[in-house]
Amino acid sequence: MSAPSRASMISELRIHLEESQKGAISNVRVAVGEMTVIANRGGIVKLLEFLRDDSQCRFETLVDLCACDYPTEPERFEVVYHMLSMRLNQRIRVKIRTDEATPVPSVASVFPVANWYEREAFDMYGVIFSGHPDLRRILTDYGFEGHPLRKDFPLTGRVQVRYDEAQKRVINEPVRLVQEYRNFDFLSPWEGMQAVIPGDEKAGEAKK
Amino acid sequence: MADDINHKSADLDLDDRKFTINFGPQHPAAHGVLRLVLDLDGEIVDRVDPHIGLLHRGTEKLIEYKTFLQALPYFDRLDYVAPMNQEHAYCLAIERLAGIEVPARAKYIRVIFSEIGRLLSHLLNVTTQAMDVGALTPPLWGFEPREQLMVFYERASGSRMHAAYFRPGGVHQDLPPELVEDIHKFCGPFLKTLDDIETLVTENRIFKQRNVDIGVVSVEDALAWGFSGVMVRGSGLAWDLRRAEPYEVYSELDFKIPVGKNGDCWDRYLCRVEEMRESIKIIKQCIDKMPVGPVLPEHSKYAPPRRGEMKSSMEALIHHFKLYTEGFHVPAGEAYACVEAPKGEFGVYLVTDGGNRPYRLKIKAPGYAHLHAMDHLCRGHMLADVSAILGSLDIVFGEVDR
Repeated sequence: MSAPSRASMISELRIHLEESQKGAISNVRVAVGEMTVIANRGGIVKLLEFLRDDSQCRFETLVDLCACDYPTEPERFEVVYHMLSMRLNQRIRVKIRTDEATPVPSVASVFPVANWYEREAFDMYGVIFSGHPDLRRILTDYGFEGHPLRKDFPLTGRVQVRYDEAQKRVINEPVRLVQEYRNFDFLSPWEGMQAVIPGDEKAGEAKK
Repeated sequence: MADDINHKSADLDLDDRKFTINFGPQHPAAHGVLRLVLDLDGEIVDRVDPHIGLLHRGTEKLIEYKTFLQALPYFDRLDYVAPMNQEHAYCLAIERLAGIEVPARAKYIRVIFSEIGRLLSHLLNVTTQAMDVGALTPPLWGFEPREQLMVFYERASGSRMHAAYFRPGGVHQDLPPELVEDIHKFCGPFLKTLDDIETLVTENRIFKQRNVDIGVVSVEDALAWGFSGVMVRGSGLAWDLRRAEPYEVYSELDFKIPVGKNGDCWDRYLCRVEEMRESIKIIKQCIDKMPVGPVLPEHSKYAPPRRGEMKSSMEALIHHFKLYTEGFHVPAGEAYACVEAPKGEFGVYLVTDGGNRPYRLKIKAPGYAHLHAMDHLCRGHMLADVSAILGSLDIVFGEVDR
């Protein structure tokens, strides 16, 4: 018996999901051999439960949960769930959108491992998870302010730490740079001139 | 006196058996900077609250501000016990998005060094776990072959630990023939060393008393808590990415996947020891099968031109300059690539916008999920078992805190 190819497994799963989860899913994409499901925020807990328990899915492991920031879009945060089925050897990526103020239902009740991942997403991006048992900061320092992985948070941070001889303790003070942070823009001038040189209009045509 | 103390605690309305202690942040058995807040009932652990992030360096943020090539060395600094395995996942993610073909020789070299990384990590873990429960000799015996392996790292990349050797598309330089020979020569005596370590540890009465039936992980727990690697294999689930989603040349190699039965600390220890033997088998096969050829794709915009070409070709010189200043561009998209790192599934979720820098890069570290389960695993155990369980989870803070 030969194992079904990965591509056919993905397309079967895609049809199955599109039929059974019409309400919860708004779009399914397959790119570079990976399936991405765009889901609705409200139904995420139900959807993940379905993906875990359904006999054709069996995504019993939540491999990763992370956020991603797109500041120009109306709902700036994307929350991404990576799931794995060790029994059927398949993977899926589920995505939902949210903004700073709108909470995302926590999936810690479905997958206990989500507890820390959601704490991390909250810490790094300020995504709020409703129904989370213990939504504290996790990776940043005690008393840290801001959400460092947001695109509008400076790479250098806002405070620097030093030991203060007068106060005899470690203090935070606003970050002071002797030199401006060097952020190179490599993208513009090397792409070449797009303007047509007068008298040379037919240069491109010859190649065709 | 005793009456006095009892009287006092009754006044304060406190149960004198319950107290809270700090384990760490600096504790030799914590394998790094970990602060565990332990609620104890006598000597029984009631609750564990790990406070992590003391080694948080903002790797993901830094990578967003570097070109794809500049971001690579950050991966050595995650799980610094097996650096090249991390680079591997990152390179795989870029290769998948950009559609880069890796030459055959580079694939074999990558597998050899991934397995050397596995040996490095398992040697450290197996022996220090023995140290955590009271044996001092195993680490001394284990660190000698470890040092030899790091010399192999150095001879390939120039650096003992922070190798930065893998590249999107292959590896940085070809291996000298003497190095390949020496790696082959290393394999036999290493198996002997492994046997020696096993005679010292495996059936040792104290080691077994401290590890058998401690920190038992059921298959259901392993799935729900997002475990991977030895943490699921120790519980009897034969899941290994080298088999399940073969990358590089693993599908052509003959190796076994050791699986535990009870999911306790001792089974995980046995799995790691057996995996080292399998790694040696893999390394030997790779050396036998390794073809001759380039180690980076040729005439590709993702790889630098050869030095010789740059002497005669202007295009090659421009390409070299562009590659190391602007860097290459990866087509817009997203990919999740993972490898079977020694500690479990190490994944890289890469989002690109078509520019020369990653738009977002999420590092999925196996240790993060494992450490999270500390509370679940330690409840009801004795205080002394905390360090045994922590040792068998195989935690390295570089990757947990990122």
